[in-house]
Amino acid sequence: MEIKIILNGKSVTDLIDADTLLIDFLRSHGCYSVKRGCETSNCGLCTVLMDDVPILSCSMLAARADGHNITTLEGLQEEASEFVGFIADQGADQCGFCNPGFVMNTIALLRENPDPTDDEIRAYLAGNLCRCSGYDGQLRGIRNFLDSRNKNGGTHGE
Amino acid sequence: MMTIQNYIRPQSLEEAYMLNQKKSNRIIGGMLWLKMTNGLVSTAIDLCDLGLDTLEETDDSFSIGAMVSLRQLELHEGLNAYTQGAVAKALQDIVGVQFRNMATIGGSIFGRFGFSDVLTVFLAMDTYVELYKGGIVPLREFASINRDRDVLVRIIVKKHPGTFTYLSMRNTRTDFPVLTCATSCFDGAYHTVIGARPERAVLLEDIQGILSGGINQQTASSFADFAAENIKVGSNVRGSAAYRTHLIRVLTNRALLELEEMTHGN
Repeated sequence: MEIKIILNGKSVTDLIDADTLLIDFLRSHGCYSVKRGCETSNCGLCTVLMDDVPILSCSMLAARADGHNITTLEGLQEEASEFVGFIADQGADQCGFCNPGFVMNTIALLRENPDPTDDEIRAYLAGNLCRCSGYDGQLRGIRNFLDSRNKNGGTHGE
Repeated sequence: MMTIQNYIRPQSLEEAYMLNQKKSNRIIGGMLWLKMTNGLVSTAIDLCDLGLDTLEETDDSFSIGAMVSLRQLELHEGLNAYTQGAVAKALQDIVGVQFRNMATIGGSIFGRFGFSDVLTVFLAMDTYVELYKGGIVPLREFASINRDRDVLVRIIVKKHPGTFTYLSMRNTRTDFPVLTCATSCFDGAYHTVIGARPERAVLLEDIQGILSGGINQQTASSFADFAAENIKVGSNVRGSAAYRTHLIRVLTNRALLELEEMTHGN
């Protein structure tokens, strides 16, 4: 079957099998930030945005994405660059494998809630698993980014 | 993962129903649980074009389309105002935000999964399911019957002024619950639902009138004992039957006292 999606702002049309998963479609189109982890919809590694909403690409048929906007980390480099340095400064991503999923979901969080509390950050990122860290590094990195941004008088996206 | 030969988005409920009559076809809902199964699906039936992803609130009810996501429910101001946050509380520990953006209420309710927080919390309300052929059926009845090949269209919650609470016990956050407990008080009656037994959630009414004089430390404890003695539980990897029986006593007692505090502020 043929599907047509807007991938990182560009129209992509392709023939797929009915059971092609979105993660495989995206990786076959060069989006290698989208990683396969648990395959049980639990780890958040494969997080992408569908119509600006974070979803798990390992658990969605590519066919369901037909006609929708899909955004991966490849399409959000500028927005991600605002805060990934703060996370790196905390040594939060030791092996880095979970990082793209964390970054994608953090972007979704900050778009939905530009000034979250620590508990709101923890709750929103609960679906992103990291086997290296204890999650405090990521939390500190995001908190430092928010504090820095608020100190400088800006809000996300401004 | 299952193998899917064809994928169709029906343009009417009749088309979806007719497609679903073939045993090898499946309505995929959010597809999160189905993905974990093996086997061959001739045609995956996706209801995403039928406009069932909206939640409408009127003066006397909520009408929730089968394709409404758990995240939509979690964030819906009207539903959470009505339940004093019980719905959001029931959903917030289901894996993560991304998962809840995909999982649908239709998939959760039609599946009648034993581990379902969703089934537990909606059983504590005056809830009905609308089936394409079967019409409108009380959820408490639907929850106890086996799956057939009808199409779940929407969930209807009739509003009654009341109070609602939700508690669950999990070994770790985002995991399946070991036990779920929802309580409510409306129309002058108390309702207690226990789920993740690990079988399907069940509704326990106060048939002995233990709470007829109201909730206090003693009646809450007595009703919790009654629940622990009368609700059948089993064992699985998350907990033994004995542990679940203990949890029924603890969570029911706690939920009833919380309900009383919300109702009368004692």
